[in-house]
Amino acid sequence: MSEQLADAFLNPQESDSLKNAPGPYFGKYGGQWMPESLMAAMEELEETFNKAKEDTEFMEEFQRLSREYSNRPSLLTEAPRFSEHAGGVRFFLKREDLNHTGSHKINNVIGQALLAKRMGKTRLIAETGAGQHGVATATAAALFGMECVVYMGEEDTERQALNVARMQLLGATVIAVQTGSRTLKDAINEALRDWVANVENTHYLLGTAAGAHPFPAMVRFFHDAIGTEAREQIQELTGKLPDGIAACVGGGSNAIGMFHAFLDDRDVQIFGFEAGGDGIDTPRHAATINLGRPGVLHGAVTYLMQNEDGQIIESHSISAGLDYPGVGPEHSYLNDIGRVSYQPVTDAEAMDALRLLCQTEGIIPAIESAHALAGALRVANEWAKEDPEGAREKIMIVCLSGRGDKDMGTALEWFKLGKAIPSSSLTTGNTEATNERKAQKSEQK
Amino acid sequence: MTYQDAISGAAKYSVLNKSFPAPNTDSKLAAKIAQCKAEGRPALVGYLPVGYPSVEESIAAAIELGKNGADIIELGIPYSDPVMDGPVIQKATEEAIENGFRLTDTFRATREITAACDAVVTVMTYWNPILRFGVDEFAREFSEAGGSGLITPDLVPNEASEWFEVSEKYGLDRIFLAAISSSTERLHMISEASSGFVYAVSVMGVTGARSSVNNAAHSLVENLRSAGAPNVCVGLGVSKREHVEEIGAYADGVIVGTALVKALQSGGPEAVGQLARELAGRQ
Repeated sequence: MSEQLADAFLNPQESDSLKNAPGPYFGKYGGQWMPESLMAAMEELEETFNKAKEDTEFMEEFQRLSREYSNRPSLLTEAPRFSEHAGGVRFFLKREDLNHTGSHKINNVIGQALLAKRMGKTRLIAETGAGQHGVATATAAALFGMECVVYMGEEDTERQALNVARMQLLGATVIAVQTGSRTLKDAINEALRDWVANVENTHYLLGTAAGAHPFPAMVRFFHDAIGTEAREQIQELTGKLPDGIAACVGGGSNAIGMFHAFLDDRDVQIFGFEAGGDGIDTPRHAATINLGRPGVLHGAVTYLMQNEDGQIIESHSISAGLDYPGVGPEHSYLNDIGRVSYQPVTDAEAMDALRLLCQTEGIIPAIESAHALAGALRVANEWAKEDPEGAREKIMIVCLSGRGDKDMGTALEWFKLGKAIPSSSLTTGNTEATNERKAQKSEQK
Repeated sequence: MTYQDAISGAAKYSVLNKSFPAPNTDSKLAAKIAQCKAEGRPALVGYLPVGYPSVEESIAAAIELGKNGADIIELGIPYSDPVMDGPVIQKATEEAIENGFRLTDTFRATREITAACDAVVTVMTYWNPILRFGVDEFAREFSEAGGSGLITPDLVPNEASEWFEVSEKYGLDRIFLAAISSSTERLHMISEASSGFVYAVSVMGVTGARSSVNNAAHSLVENLRSAGAPNVCVGLGVSKREHVEEIGAYADGVIVGTALVKALQSGGPEAVGQLARELAGRQ
C-alpha cells in the first residue's frame, strides 16, 4: 500500500460523497489479498495509474482513442415501443453496444493497455467469460503491437465459439481453461498463475471492477464515461435526471461505470441486476450479493458464493459474462449502505426481455445486458402498478453493455430458431401472406 | 479485521502502524530448526494435501513422511481456487474435495500425525476457508490438535491484522512468503511479521518441480537474512537430494511439495517414505 493512499485514507475528505472512492477498501470490502509474488506488480500498477490519471498527456491520449477508435461518446437512444411494455415509463438505452468491439469492455482495455505501455510491458494477458473482454484485449494488443494471451473457461469457449475465433483472428492466443468449474473464475485463476510466472514483461489486464486494489477503483475510472455521458445526455434530451438507472452485475464493470456519476444524485434510484440462473430458490444461479457471504477471492473481500467450508461454489447463468461467484467490492459496499438495490433476474426473464427489445426496437442486446433490461422492466411495471399516471412521467436508463451477436448460438437454442420456411411450402401453405396474395389475384381477375 | 480497522486504531497489530507481535518464544518450528542446525543440516519440510486421495491415506502418507526424514510437515488444505499451485497439486486437491474433504479433517490429521512421529505439523492454507471457519476458532482447534503454525500463500502481512492477534493468542507461528520480486522494504516487513521461518519462493511461478533450482533463491535468502528473518526455508522446485544439498548450503530448510504428491500418486504412502529417505540423505 502506498503512503499516498494510506494518507488519503487517514484524512478522508470532509463530505458524504460516494464518488471517487479511492480504495483499497470500500467499507469493509476490497483490499489487496494477493500472493507476495504479485505485490511488486500491484504497487507498480498503483503508482503508474495514480500518476497517469493526473497526467494531461495520458488523459488526452486516452480520450482521443476513446473518441476516434472506440466511438465515444456512445448514443443514448429512447426506446418508445419497448416502453409500451413497461407501463409507459420512458426507457432510454445507453448504447455501449455501439462501441468498437461491441461492448463497454473497450473503455477499460484502452486505459489499461496505455498503462501497460507506460510500464514497458510487452505482453497482455486477460480472462474472459463471454469473450467480450477477451476480444477487446486482443483488439488493444493488436493496436499497440503487443503479445496477447486470453484465458477462457473451457465451457465458455464452447458457448462463445464465435468470440474465440474473433480473438484468434486478432492475433491472440486463446487458452481453454480445464480446471475447476471451467468458467470465468477459473480463467482468472489461470491468468493469475501466468502473471506470477511472467510478471516481468506481462500486464494482467483484468476485465472487471473486482480483484485486488487498485483494480476496482482503476477499472471504474476507465468506465466512468458511461455514466457521465448518460447523465449529460438525459438532461439534454429530457431536461431532467432519470428516476432510475439499471445495469447488469457480474463482476460489475459496466454497472460501476454507469452508477458512478449518479451516486450523489440521491433522488435517482439505482438498480443492479444479478444473474438468477434457474432461480434463486435453486442451486443454479450467480446471485452473489443476494445469496452470498463476504469472503476473499481474487484479491478482495467481497460477497462470494461459498459453502460452509469456504470453498467457492460454482455459479450458473445462461450468460457467460455474469457467470461469476464473486462481485466487485464497491458493489458489496453500495449494497450494504443501501445506495444500490441488487436484485436477481432469471435466465428466462432475461431471454424474454432480449426478444422483446429485438422486436420492439430492432436492437439485439447481449444476454448480459438483457438481464438489466428485464430487471428494469420489472421495476417499471411495479412503478406503473403503484401509480399508472405518474409512471408515464418517469424515466429509466438501462446500460446496454453489449450487443448480442455473440449470443446467437444460445438464442438459436433457447428460442428454437434458425430454420427458415421453405419456399415450396408457400404454394400449398395457408400463411396469411399466401392467402392475401391469392385474394388479390382473384380480385384482379 | 481489515486495513480500515488498523487505521481507526482497532487493530492491536498492523503493517500500517508498523506494530507486530513479539517473537514467538514457544515456537516449535524455531526449536526444530535450531535442532537441525545443531545437527549440521537443513530442516526438511515436506508438503502433502490433507484428504488426498482420502483422509486416511493422506494421514498415513504424512506419518511415513515424518518417520522417514521430514522435520516439518506442511499439510495443505484443499481449496477450490488454488492460484499458487501448479497442475499436480491442483489436481490432487481438487480430487480431495471431490472425495469429501472437510476442513475439520485437518484437526484430526494434525492430531494423528503429531502423535505418530516427531515432525512439527504446520498447515498451508489459502485464507478464505479460515475466514469462513473463523480465524480464532480455527487457530484454537488447530493448536489444541498439536499444530504449530500457518503458511499463508494469499495472505500478505498488510491484510493480517486479525491473524497477528490470534496467532499470538494461541502461540502459533506465522509463515509468510517472500518472493524474488519483493522489495527490500517488503522483505523487512515480512521478516518482522513472520515467526518460525520465512518461506522463500525460489523461482517466479507456481509450485511444480523444476529441473534446476534458480540461483536467485540464494540471493533472496541472503536478502532476507539482512532484513532480519530468523530462519529462511526455500520452496518450489525441489525434487532431488542434490537440490536439498544445494539449497541446504545456504538456507535453514528445504521445502518439497510436488515431488511428494507425485510419489503418493504413483506408489502410495510407502513411496512417500522412500522419497523422504532419499531427500533426507538416509539412503
